[in-house]
Amino acid sequence: MEEKRSPWKDAWLNGLLAGVIMLYFSLVGMVKTFSSREVVGALSLGHVTLLLSLGVVVYTFLRRHKQESRGTLLGQAALMGAIGGFLLGLLPLLGQWVDFRFMLVQASPELYALLRFGQNPTVGFVLLIAVSAVTSMVIALIDFLPDFWRNAVVNAFLITIVVGMLSDLFKGMTIHAIFDPFMGASGLNYIGAVVVFLLSVAYFWMGKRRGEIKAEAAKDKTEAMAKKALPRWAVAGLLVAFLLFLPLILGSYLSHVLNMVGLYVIMGLGLNIVVGYAGLLDLGYVAFFALGAYTMGVLTSTSPLGVAHMTFWEALPFAILVALTAGILLGVPVLRMRGDYLAIVTLGFGEIIRILAVSDALKPFIGGAQGILSIIKPIIKFGGRTLLEFQTPIHFYYLILVGIGIAFFVAYRLRESRLGRAWMAMREDEDVAEAMGIDLVVIKLTAFGFGASFSGLAGAIFASYVGSIFPASFNLLISINVLSLIIVGGVGSLPGVVVGSLALVGLPELLREFAEYRMLMYGLALIAMMLLKPEGFWPEPIRQRELHAGEESGD
Amino acid sequence: MVEKIQRSLERLSFVDLIVWLFGLSIVAVSVVGMIGSLGGHLYTTKEWMRVTVYGVTQGGVYALIALGYTLVYGILFMINFAHGDIFMAGAFTGYFLAAKLDQYGIYNGHPILSLSLVMLLSMFTSVVIALITERVAYRPLRRAPRLVPLITAIGASFTIEYTFRGLYGSGVEAYPELEVLAGKVSIGGIEVLKAHILVIVVSLAMMAGLYAYVQYTKAGKAMRAVAEDKDVAALMGVDVDRIIVNTFILGAALAGVAGVLYALIFKQVHFFMGFIPGIKAFTAAVLGGIGNVPGAMLGGFFLGIFEALGPGLILEGLGITSPHQLKDAIAFTLLVLVLIFRPTGILGERLSEEKV
Repeated sequence: MEEKRSPWKDAWLNGLLAGVIMLYFSLVGMVKTFSSREVVGALSLGHVTLLLSLGVVVYTFLRRHKQESRGTLLGQAALMGAIGGFLLGLLPLLGQWVDFRFMLVQASPELYALLRFGQNPTVGFVLLIAVSAVTSMVIALIDFLPDFWRNAVVNAFLITIVVGMLSDLFKGMTIHAIFDPFMGASGLNYIGAVVVFLLSVAYFWMGKRRGEIKAEAAKDKTEAMAKKALPRWAVAGLLVAFLLFLPLILGSYLSHVLNMVGLYVIMGLGLNIVVGYAGLLDLGYVAFFALGAYTMGVLTSTSPLGVAHMTFWEALPFAILVALTAGILLGVPVLRMRGDYLAIVTLGFGEIIRILAVSDALKPFIGGAQGILSIIKPIIKFGGRTLLEFQTPIHFYYLILVGIGIAFFVAYRLRESRLGRAWMAMREDEDVAEAMGIDLVVIKLTAFGFGASFSGLAGAIFASYVGSIFPASFNLLISINVLSLIIVGGVGSLPGVVVGSLALVGLPELLREFAEYRMLMYGLALIAMMLLKPEGFWPEPIRQRELHAGEESGD
Repeated sequence: MVEKIQRSLERLSFVDLIVWLFGLSIVAVSVVGMIGSLGGHLYTTKEWMRVTVYGVTQGGVYALIALGYTLVYGILFMINFAHGDIFMAGAFTGYFLAAKLDQYGIYNGHPILSLSLVMLLSMFTSVVIALITERVAYRPLRRAPRLVPLITAIGASFTIEYTFRGLYGSGVEAYPELEVLAGKVSIGGIEVLKAHILVIVVSLAMMAGLYAYVQYTKAGKAMRAVAEDKDVAALMGVDVDRIIVNTFILGAALAGVAGVLYALIFKQVHFFMGFIPGIKAFTAAVLGGIGNVPGAMLGGFFLGIFEALGPGLILEGLGITSPHQLKDAIAFTLLVLVLIFRPTGILGERLSEEKV
């Protein structure tokens, strides 16, 4: 159907689509909220949002209609931009007379001023259409570049934006003086932007050169072998050293951000066992996180709710054990369920636990909505002397790092084990796996148990880290966070968990503007990943083969 | 007979045993609670009746939402996780029309007209959102593994919720009062709110309409044919894509009506209001046998009544403090129990094991 549509009509429709998408981002409030963060000079993240939505639509259009002549394409791009700009411009134009704000709370004068570039309504309207059309034509011109240069320019552009967005990261570091000449009030200044852009282009060019050299060398195989990269243990050693020194560069706030990322990595590794290895979609994962945290709270708290006054180290095994037991117990009733029913039931379990935690019925034991306060911090003692009391985020960074290390090791070894292979066999086909002699009951319960215990560990550390816990912290959104980060990183992939956590947990912590739209972006990310890149950004090899096998057979 | 029992006892595995013990213990606890409540004469018969009527009212809303789950599941075998948010989209948008009408005094001046307009707008919004969701998040993945559309559905659910949070703000908005519906009527000695009567009547009418549509029209027949077997239906000349779109439109329109009815009962709308009713309606759909239209209606009413009676009948008898906080937990427990012991639901014998 889409083949038959004439290019000009397609350009029209795409222009409307671009306009609708830009209107959507404006009315949801992203454009205005993001406009307070400047990425490069005066160009704010709000502008970038609009620019990228227009860019993506125009770019996909151009890719689809390569056969047209360049002049026509340029005209079509201009048309698309003009229509998109027109549609977006209608909002501030009509906004002078109609009060949209009654319903659409974000249709504020500030947004209007932003969309008119601070001009009066008519001039702003024309200006917006013109800017949008010209931008589309520039995108078209970039598209006409030879393949290598097009990719280099597009990627360098994206890198510059990302660096500009993350400039707080550089400013927060203890060695920020190096970067200061390139930074504006927020984001990069123009010099910085040019430098980053040129550096990225140069990087891509070098990558291309190296690829050419490699291709030549590949003819002579012995030479290629000799050029092998660093051995694996050296890479691992460098990585560990880097991680150990990281908080010294980053400072306290960024270490706190990393700690949150780290806790999600531990949870992600656990859920990865359940969802990624065993293929059981669990939406109630937060329940075990809550159980770990509450166990830690009840056992160690110095408030009246604390029952045992244990130390952190004594309570930790109990927290993990409680989560593990709960994981297995909740696993038994759902053994017979598959796929979507399992997801809903686990969601139900998660909600039941949250409702119980808030309720007055259990208030005498776990504090109801008031939660548990004064949970003690871990202390390392040796021979009666206190060597270290974990107080600052930097202290906890090392604790969490050790936790991640253990979790990573366990998850990695499990995947290579007999159990891991059994899980993956079950993920492919339960019936066939059972016919092969795999005891589904045992392996399902172990998957639930391992997954839950990781989450319990994260919960226990979390409780001690923040010092007080409230049932409101354990809502469904955490389960969705963890699920999203696994999917973005790549289901079943261990490095993918880290990538996903950095992207989905680290980014919103760094960019305060993002925090408000966090869940919206998770939702969009889940849909986009499933549509465009179901294997994730750092895919597990087996999974990738599976997901693409169907396409080849033309199914 | 004895032999049969003996044989099934031999086949009873460890897992079955635990599952049955789990079920029995919950039933036992419920019975103890009921004896406690009824024996303690905590409430009079009239009070029980009033609570039941309230349950029926809520059940009507659940049933209307549940129909959307069941219709889509019947055809695509996927849980449209975003359906609760489609319900929210309608109710939330309808609020603004109601508030505007109220501002000019039309809302109470022409209550039937304004309520119909609000309902139409609510249905329209829900349908538009459902169509966008279907087109963007579900249609491209129709041949993907089953977990994939479920994940996009979860994504769609959060996208819709937080889109409306962005568009309409995160506050709780109060639907304007309709004076005609204020006050109570006495039916057979039980006092019932007028608004509740309207909710029950409208939801029953919508359900009757839907049943007639599915059962007696040509489009309904095509829909049933697609639910039975997509490929064969296509061979018979049914446009499967069109039918799927129709199904989403029907489900969303019912959700839109349910949204306004819900607002008439609770008078409040906000961006997260679709989540809990969504899961409960799903429970209702499963309870009646997912994919089964009369089942969803029955399940909705059953869940509404069960949930209304549960805290007083079971929990209070056990001496639990403030049992009404645990109302939602009761609904979720029921969901878990049904899925464990009768995943095909009350009326769901039609579905084969493979589809569940």
